[in-house]
Amino acid sequence: MFEFLMSEAVYKFVRGPLVWIAFFVCIVGSAYRIYSMISLAKKEKVLLPYLSLKYGLRSILHWIIPFGSINWRRHPIITIVTFLFHICLVFTPIFLLSHNILWYESWGISWWTLPESTADIMTLIVVFSCVFFLFRRIIASEVRFVTYPSDFLILTIAFLPFITGFLAYHQLLLPYRAMTILHILFGEAMLIAIPFSRIIHMVFGWFTRAYTGSEFGMVRHVRDY
Amino acid sequence: MAVAEKKMAVAEKKTEKAWGKIVDAGLDEGIKKLTPEKIEKVINKALAAMGGARLKTYVDTCIHCGLCSEACHHYLSNDRDPSFAPVAKVKQTMWPILKNKGRVTPEFIRRAAEIAYTECNLCKRCSMYCPFGIDMAYILLSVRRICHLLGVTPLYLQDTAHSHAVTMNQMWVKQDDWIDTVQWQEEEIRAEIKNPRIPIDKEGADIMYSVIGPEPKFQAQLMGQAAIIMNVAGINWTYPSFDGWDNSDMAMYSGDHEIMGRVKRAHFEAAFRLKAKKIVMGECGHAFRSIYDVGNRWLGLKMPPVPVIHAIQFYYELLREGRIKIAKKFKEPVTLHDPCNVIRGRGLGEMARYVTNAICEDFTEMQPNREYNFCCCAGGGVINCGPPWAKKRAISNRVKAEQMKETGAHIVITPCHNCHSGIEDIIKYYKLGMHTKFFSEILVEVMEIPEEFKVG
Amino acid sequence: MSESANWDWKTKEKLLVDLNELQKKFIDIRELTPSDDGEKIAAVVQPEDKRFTTCVNGEVWDETFEKVWSLKFKPDNKLVSLVFRDFEWTVAVDHEMWEEKFDFIWNMQFTPDGRVAANVKKGDDYGVSVDGKTWENGFVEARDLIISPNGTKTASAVSTKRIKEGDIFGFQEGVWTVAVDGVTWDKTFVNVWGVTFSHDNQHLAAEVRLNLYDYTIAVDGKTWEETFGCVWEPVFKPGSYDVVAPIKTPQGWTLAMNGKPIWGNFIQIWNQKYSPDGKRIAAIVAPEYGKWTIAVDGSPWARSFSDAVLPPIFSPDSKRVAAAAKESKYPFHMQSALHNIPGNDRYTIAVDGTPWAEDFDMVWDPIFSPGSDKVLTKVEKNGRYFIAIDGRVGRRGFEALWNPVFSPDGEKLLIRCVEGGKYYRRVVPIGEI
Ligand code: HEM
Ligand code: SF4
Ligand code: SF4
Repeated sequence: MFEFLMSEAVYKFVRGPLVWIAFFVCIVGSAYRIYSMISLAKKEKVLLPYLSLKYGLRSILHWIIPFGSINWRRHPIITIVTFLFHICLVFTPIFLLSHNILWYESWGISWWTLPESTADIMTLIVVFSCVFFLFRRIIASEVRFVTYPSDFLILTIAFLPFITGFLAYHQLLLPYRAMTILHILFGEAMLIAIPFSRIIHMVFGWFTRAYTGSEFGMVRHVRDY
Repeated sequence: MAVAEKKMAVAEKKTEKAWGKIVDAGLDEGIKKLTPEKIEKVINKALAAMGGARLKTYVDTCIHCGLCSEACHHYLSNDRDPSFAPVAKVKQTMWPILKNKGRVTPEFIRRAAEIAYTECNLCKRCSMYCPFGIDMAYILLSVRRICHLLGVTPLYLQDTAHSHAVTMNQMWVKQDDWIDTVQWQEEEIRAEIKNPRIPIDKEGADIMYSVIGPEPKFQAQLMGQAAIIMNVAGINWTYPSFDGWDNSDMAMYSGDHEIMGRVKRAHFEAAFRLKAKKIVMGECGHAFRSIYDVGNRWLGLKMPPVPVIHAIQFYYELLREGRIKIAKKFKEPVTLHDPCNVIRGRGLGEMARYVTNAICEDFTEMQPNREYNFCCCAGGGVINCGPPWAKKRAISNRVKAEQMKETGAHIVITPCHNCHSGIEDIIKYYKLGMHTKFFSEILVEVMEIPEEFKVG
Repeated sequence: MSESANWDWKTKEKLLVDLNELQKKFIDIRELTPSDDGEKIAAVVQPEDKRFTTCVNGEVWDETFEKVWSLKFKPDNKLVSLVFRDFEWTVAVDHEMWEEKFDFIWNMQFTPDGRVAANVKKGDDYGVSVDGKTWENGFVEARDLIISPNGTKTASAVSTKRIKEGDIFGFQEGVWTVAVDGVTWDKTFVNVWGVTFSHDNQHLAAEVRLNLYDYTIAVDGKTWEETFGCVWEPVFKPGSYDVVAPIKTPQGWTLAMNGKPIWGNFIQIWNQKYSPDGKRIAAIVAPEYGKWTIAVDGSPWARSFSDAVLPPIFSPDSKRVAAAAKESKYPFHMQSALHNIPGNDRYTIAVDGTPWAEDFDMVWDPIFSPGSDKVLTKVEKNGRYFIAIDGRVGRRGFEALWNPVFSPDGEKLLIRCVEGGKYYRRVVPIGEI
């Protein structure tokens, strides 16, 4: 098994075709989900006529700013963790130097990168946030009550690419090559999971928020944040 | 595969509460007629008709974070029992229904009905607390729709829906009773103002004034008060003598969309038939929602075809423009309850405060307030589920009791019928020693009666 | 139309009553009502405190009552009102009262042959009375009054069994049906609405709900084979016993004849009307969500309106269709009870899909000329009333105005109006409006 993980062939596969597959599944899958949601929404007829760009954006804005909405203000710790978690979750992989090098090698593109120490901290933030979410899910009764195994799975899917990335970078636990392969695999698993799991909230969240924002703002003349 | 072999969702056990097991013939008799096959068939047909854009997207987006919990007065009042959290109500109803594609047991439906009809007021407060703005009220209303189609609805609420179907009003008010009450109120207010007039079927009036069934049935004095205000303010208004005078709509809450639509159509057509330019409605919240937000949409009307103005806004305009003047402000300390359906549902929060300050001397706000207020726990048709559920309703709104007590007020202004009755119940249950009043009651007491209207 | 041939179409103007003078004589004046020919104007007046009576062209009836309402002139120019004293209601026709007295009377209408019909309540019994002759059978409740085209029959939706409030199961067994001249159909339903007569007075159709979910149309108590998610009021096709009603299917609303769809699908359909020749059918439709127009024989007008369209009206030659329509530019703006929001709630008349250029605060139903070539109506602008013909607004505005009437040759209009507090009857050539 271990031998296998260390093999050049596997490395080549996860580094090559699987990356393509993962991005493809993630992008096409998400696009398809958006498409099917919108066509369902069109059929439902009573949704699109009430969408408002202004009030949709107003709502999104209040909710993507930390403490910008009433519920963010009520739960400062959760808010800070949620924002740090998501910022680090999304931006670390994009602006990581080593990812950029890969992209450059593969596609000839690259952009600004994070200092390595910063990226390291950001990775740890994701890791500890996941632990925080895990504990919250177990301890807080209102969260526990609505928890399914899939919630732990999603948390794990978020957790694994970061923890393995961290371990690989610091060459801990497993040989670098093995850990790297695992890291890449888990990263790809996350991408693939996006359209098929509730991680789709990353895509749908904007729409549901905009719709509620429009209904509250344009039709009912009130805030929803 | 026989249905019995398929995996079916069963109702979750519920911790015993102070109100015990509640008997409601509408629910208990209703499930006796169900079989798993019938449930599956009806649910799948209903889900297909709903379209699913919202249901599916909401269910797939919800990250099970529980951040909506504290929005809900049921959750807070029941000592944070997690089964009362908004998301938990969806978890116990719509999730299994969708996951099992309608294969659920009759007992599951009984429990789902109890949750959807009596543990959620469809107040939408949680939509302002969920980071994704997930609309629980919509989801639970969809559960109610399913329960209606399965014939499992609380008895009192169902009776009200029947009344709507027959009479186009909420309270089985017959056509003659309605007209008789209008005429009687005209006589009645002769004691208050000189030569009052309540015009019936006045074609071309600027305003058709509409009320809810309980007014002619039990609270005719409110119609009298409205008439005093109309007369003094010099409004060109009228009531229809025919069906369509009632703006309320419990069919909306029972899940009977077809009757809801029929009742709304009658209401709008009454205004068109009278050539009235606007509908001004009394102090009722759910009625406003049914006309402004829900019923019209079922009919295909993007917005109400005739503007509907809630009493709060009407009084606000009358006071602001000096059409009504205040002789002496109301002295007793008051607080103001923000009815969800016109505050969170229509943004009349500031106008309500303008009116309160204009007519009352001593006003203390509840905390939180305006669109962040807590629901009265009577709304969403919950009070219309009747006496069996009354105790549960009071227990499930302890937060409102605490909120009101804090203000030290003697009078709680409740510009909504359901809030008015529901909050009175809470006041009694928690022995708060307060009373509820409508704006109109105070307004008529404190307004200046111009010379030409003075009696005697 | 036939009566109007005998009206005075020559006298240009008659000043019939100075309402200002009248106002001085009474505590108040209500329900100002002119006769169809404009020669008379009636009102409910209050000569002394809490006593009411009627007054025609300034002449007061010497009987007084505790309540008087629902003033209407019959086509023969007799004034009909509902009057109440000593705990009894009755109908007064000019100065004669029905012998029969009731606990309540409402929904007063005229039969085409000039009789007076109304819903009545006596003791616990509800029914219908025509010229004082009440249905022999009383009902637990009778709602509405439908008169057959020739006036010989009356019908109502009635409840046959008293059920206690709260008895949802008893109700769902069905206690509603249709009664014609007091005789019910042999079947009962959960609900009955929208009762209508066939053109030969022999048959009746109605919307019925069979249980809480299944809707259909019943003709003489026999239901269509098909049931639907919802239905609206049926109509008979003129000269036949075919019944047409909007039905709701999973694909949307359509129009069905005898249970079978005859139109395509719409978001909404209601108020279908047959043309006088019975060949065409028009209805209010929503081709898209939040867009309203008229469809004729299944094809919607190209132009639609944001808020509403009111019931279609055919021209006498059956070729043209007109309807009142309403639009708002800013549907989501905060409304006001006392003011108009500029651009919102504008009414106009649309004829064959083309709206008039001007819009108004309110419009009344469009009226076709006898030759079908002109459309006119009463409109309201800034609190004054005008006559508008083919989109052109008349020169003169009035304080009050009743529906104008075309002369039989279509050359002149009878205008019943109040100007300067005085009621006038005027005859004006079309060109001078
Ligand atoms: C960029 C778009 C995204 C947005 C706007 C977003 C938004 C949110 C919000 C509002 C929450 C709820 C707050 C909370 O639980 O504290 C949440 C929770 C969560 N998000 Fe995201 N998210 C995004 C992307 C992602 C991605 C890509 C993942 C990858 C796995 C993810 C994983 C999670 C997890 C695991 C939780 C829940 C934690 C828990 O309570 O168990 N999110 N997200
Ligand atoms: S009662 Fe209000 S806050 Fe509670 S779940 Fe229902 S809509 Fe949400
Ligand atoms: S706050 Fe929203 S996302 Fe979180 S559990 Fe409640 S409904 Fe689901």
